[in-house]
Amino acid sequence: MGLKEVLTRIVVGFATVLKTVTRRPVTIQYPEQQKPMSARFRGRHHLKRYEDGLERCIGCALCAAACPADAIYVEAGENTDEERYSPGERYAKTYEINMLRCIFCGYCEDACPTNAIVLEPIEFPTGYTRESMIYTKEMLLESPPINVPATPQRTPPGKYDRAILPFPPIDESQ
Amino acid sequence: MGLEQKLGDMGIVTTSLEKVVNWARSNAIWPMLFGLACCAIEMMSAQAPRYDLSRFGMELMRASPRQSDLMIVAGRVSRKMAPVLRNLYDQMPDPKWVIAMGDCASCGGVFNNYAIVQGVDEIVPVDVYVAGCPPRPETLIDGIMKLQEKIRREPLKKWQ
Repeated sequence: MGLKEVLTRIVVGFATVLKTVTRRPVTIQYPEQQKPMSARFRGRHHLKRYEDGLERCIGCALCAAACPADAIYVEAGENTDEERYSPGERYAKTYEINMLRCIFCGYCEDACPTNAIVLEPIEFPTGYTRESMIYTKEMLLESPPINVPATPQRTPPGKYDRAILPFPPIDESQ
Repeated sequence: MGLEQKLGDMGIVTTSLEKVVNWARSNAIWPMLFGLACCAIEMMSAQAPRYDLSRFGMELMRASPRQSDLMIVAGRVSRKMAPVLRNLYDQMPDPKWVIAMGDCASCGGVFNNYAIVQGVDEIVPVDVYVAGCPPRPETLIDGIMKLQEKIRREPLKKWQ
């Protein structure tokens, strides 16, 4: 290796260093600063409500059947007009998801006939014990809209006979 | 540690010592390189420049258990791997902590069968469980921060 080649290599080496010095760091300062998540990212589950405050979940346990990891446990209870949780006959009395079993595949979301369970782009949970990682219905259910009573509600008889609300009638004139 | 038993109640000295030592311990946790499956990829990603675990004092993954404080069990542990994991845990010097990263390490995840250990807490004591399949680097960092909080709360009497 001649002197000329040695000198070129030194120059190239220093040029690389200088280039890196001027470059901005790629680090995200995580707890303070967060990378924007895709809208379709499947994070933690949320149980949704209708605008009138009733729960969307009807306790059909299709999500539990679709779950490949058997992470969901649903127990259904009977609705009455005096104590109504959701439209139709039944509601989810207990709804538990074991976050440690869940693989966040989103099959429960696909299986749900009322779009009650939604995986939203919020971080995955962590915990100190296995028991604390079983999320109950209270932790999963979102709060009702403002100025709307929470469940159970007292509803007029005959208003919520169907669990899945029918589509609005098709307008024949169009 | 036995310090309190030997010296008696020294009030402000022991409480300040507790704070200082816990601060030092929580800010220099060296994890052991123990990737078993896909979670290891996310663990590497957390160590890489983008998420940079060295911001939390986890400068480098040690390949030897004798130089590490934290075992991040990243991935599924098979029945055959279990004695190896326990052996490595026993070789780590005190104080030592364990994070079960991901569903498989925490409770078996989707692999509910005879070949996979249903949670590493069957063989080693786990401090923090991190959910996700695999968890994002952010989630692992959340778990690590939870562990740091736990270390900072550790009373002097329970020091090892």
